[in-house]
Amino acid sequence: MILDAKIPDGPLAEKWDRHRFQCKLVNPANKRKFDIIVVGAGLAGASASASLAELGYNVKTFCLQDSPRRGHSIAAQGGINAAKNYQNDGDSTFRLFYDTIKGGDFRAREANVYRLAQVSNNIIDQCVAQGVPFAREYGGQLANRSFGGAQVSRTFYARGQTGQQLLLGAYSALMRQVKKGKVEMLTRREMLDLVVIDGQTRGIVTRNMLSGAIETHAAHAVVLATGGYGNVYFLSTNAMASNVTAAWRAYKRGAYFANPCFVQIHPTCIPVHGTYQSKLTLMSESLRNDGRVWVPKNPGDKRPPAEIPENERDYYLENKYPSFGNLVPRDVASRNAKEQCDQGKGVGSTGLAVYLDFSEAIGRDGAPVINQKYGNLFHMYEKITAANPMHEPMMIFPAVHYTMGGLWVDYNLMSTIPGLFVLGEANFSDHGANRLGASALMQGLADGYFVIPYTIGNYLATISSGTQSTEHPAFKQTAAEAAAKISKLLAVKGKKTVDEIHRELGLLMWDSCGMARNAEGLRQALDKIPAVREEFWQNVTIPGSGHELNQSLERAGRVADFLEFAELMVVDALSRKESCGCHLREESQTEENEAKRNDTDYSHVSVWEFTGQDKSPEFHKEPLVFENVEPSQRSYK
Amino acid sequence: MSEIRLTLKIWRQQGPDAPGRLETYESGPISTDMSFLEMLDVLNERLTLEGKEPVAFDHDCREGICGMCGAVVNGQPHGPEKETTLCQLHMRHFNNGDTLVIEPFRARAFRIEKDLVVDRSGLDKMITAGGFVSVNTGGAPDANAIPIPQKNAEEAMDAAACIGCGACVAACPNASAMLFVAAKVSHLSLLPQGHPERARRALDMVKEMDELGFGNCSNERECEAACPKGISIRNIARLNREFLKAAIFSNED
Repeated sequence: MILDAKIPDGPLAEKWDRHRFQCKLVNPANKRKFDIIVVGAGLAGASASASLAELGYNVKTFCLQDSPRRGHSIAAQGGINAAKNYQNDGDSTFRLFYDTIKGGDFRAREANVYRLAQVSNNIIDQCVAQGVPFAREYGGQLANRSFGGAQVSRTFYARGQTGQQLLLGAYSALMRQVKKGKVEMLTRREMLDLVVIDGQTRGIVTRNMLSGAIETHAAHAVVLATGGYGNVYFLSTNAMASNVTAAWRAYKRGAYFANPCFVQIHPTCIPVHGTYQSKLTLMSESLRNDGRVWVPKNPGDKRPPAEIPENERDYYLENKYPSFGNLVPRDVASRNAKEQCDQGKGVGSTGLAVYLDFSEAIGRDGAPVINQKYGNLFHMYEKITAANPMHEPMMIFPAVHYTMGGLWVDYNLMSTIPGLFVLGEANFSDHGANRLGASALMQGLADGYFVIPYTIGNYLATISSGTQSTEHPAFKQTAAEAAAKISKLLAVKGKKTVDEIHRELGLLMWDSCGMARNAEGLRQALDKIPAVREEFWQNVTIPGSGHELNQSLERAGRVADFLEFAELMVVDALSRKESCGCHLREESQTEENEAKRNDTDYSHVSVWEFTGQDKSPEFHKEPLVFENVEPSQRSYK
Repeated sequence: MSEIRLTLKIWRQQGPDAPGRLETYESGPISTDMSFLEMLDVLNERLTLEGKEPVAFDHDCREGICGMCGAVVNGQPHGPEKETTLCQLHMRHFNNGDTLVIEPFRARAFRIEKDLVVDRSGLDKMITAGGFVSVNTGGAPDANAIPIPQKNAEEAMDAAACIGCGACVAACPNASAMLFVAAKVSHLSLLPQGHPERARRALDMVKEMDELGFGNCSNERECEAACPKGISIRNIARLNREFLKAAIFSNED
């Protein structure tokens, strides 16, 4: 198949308008004949469900939590970008587009990113109309703050709970459609597979997580809004149930996967403190404005921080990057922290942490000023670690945070399977090799509120509106396969828990396919992953049955898919022999040991096609064309 | 970091109609750096390796914002720490040798699904009844078209911070959902966007709450004490005003 991104002709700024005009329409009387399945109820899923139902389509929305108000979008703290230019500080659609493309290290599509910047303003209007309580100035106007990667103040926020408030807005719009009978909301359902008939998406197979029943659902189109796959690393800032299963099943049914190795690692998280740890917690990056990062100069120095004299401390970011210092971008900060720890200079009980020290700032500005700026973050830190950063340095370590890769979609957000659309973090389209802060919320809502309502009609207008039924043998067969997999998992009855094996996979991925990669490490990982997978299928133990609420079984199903997906990630990482965005390929560095992008050979999207179990995936290339921006090399020295 | 050992008495119930009972477990060594849910993870790993069924409990973000986790610990929803969800409660707040009784959130409107997992869909149903602004996607006016005094926006945000965990219901001797409904009614009545529907919303949400079997408010203030987000019962006073105004003065029926 030749990949056609279906990017409209014409000047960048006119593409979306032209496309909207060229999109085929479904007339209002016919919309009620079409059924659409939406999987996931985070920002992208909830906003898409509500908007499609408002148009008149019959929507069935699924989520695996007990309520559609809990998707992990809810945990986003910082804010949402929009090119409103309310601050009169030089912002514009083009500037937001430019910052996002540049932030993504020139590995995203111009047309998609420009559209994202265009609709960003509508998102803010829409959310305010829903009653989202954004922060305001005294005069009643909306407040903005600045965020990494931009020199303008364009971030709208609701305290440190922006994701929560935006999600509750989308959720309220969704529940309004439930009341109207246009959305059927099915909670505690996990999608296990996609049903494809004659090359077209026709429905999904789900497991009712309370009864264990395997259910089939038919529709004219399926929208996946199932989030990212950061939990392949076991520890991440993702919610515990975030997984790759829906996307992976779609991949195995014919949807291509794009740039799976593009993963963002956030530099300021609370470090790991023991093997039982289940989850990493993010601390806002704003802390690096006043905190100084350091480690002891001598490896293995276990003295408490206060007893280490100035001349035995290594302020490695300030020394290495004199002009940006502690404010280097996320990937540079993350990579250097890991490097220090790998040299044995890490601090804390596990040696996997570096100090972020506020003592100089407290001395300079006074404790009240620092407390006012960061008090809430310090409080959150103290709650988890019982240490107060006003009195001793904070300890931080990088953590997996966001996955830029995802299912490949064209400009219409349709995957390579007709009728399967992919939204939000689950697709690959807008963030290139690195996502800027406050852009995830923007993309989720752009896709759901303002893109899919137009583009899905363009597809539905080309297919029959005849009733879809689950009677087709493909539904029975796909359901039987899903049930067989569950039986197989339960039958292993080995000696290791799901989490033990998941943790093993996670460590392997963190070491070989994390922020710095090299060919040798990646090749070793490719040898090791099948062994871990084999161990899982031979030796996992899952108590209970498949006919009840069984959380071990749920996790096992997700880990089984991570164990397959991990291999594709490594294959992708191996094939991209350049450093770009969030990751450093050790073979591709400048003389100053900085990331070196290679536009001659890698200015493309790497797209992978499933060719069969235990067979190598087939590689496809979507070249990236930059007509409006000139790719430039970053430097932070 | 230090280690403690606890005796855990945990409510085990196979399904909604099965009888439940408290089972006693020794926690084994527990690091005081663990969160409460990680302590349960450790227990569950051990039970799994012993071939026993682990304790089912709801959880997801483990950052105190999704509202999915929650259990009653020694009689207190989300445990003893103020304004802290169960996932953010750390074991350093307990002492070696303590006995912890861990039960699901109990309310007539919350069916027990299994062990500590309960059905809180009633909360969604009350939002469905009216906890929204009726505005379709597209066509919204410019976000700055209607100025909103900062104080109102802040107060609305205080109420909107509700995470829908249901601790207020579990804490209330009447299993009332007044704080939950009040938070949503307050959030939207404090903002101009919520005004056109404020009377209808108050009437519909309260009606739904009654129909779902949640109890009445008798000013016990347990909900406020248990709320992990510190939602104030002043919101209940506001709900009462909104409801009375709607019932007496509005032309909604």
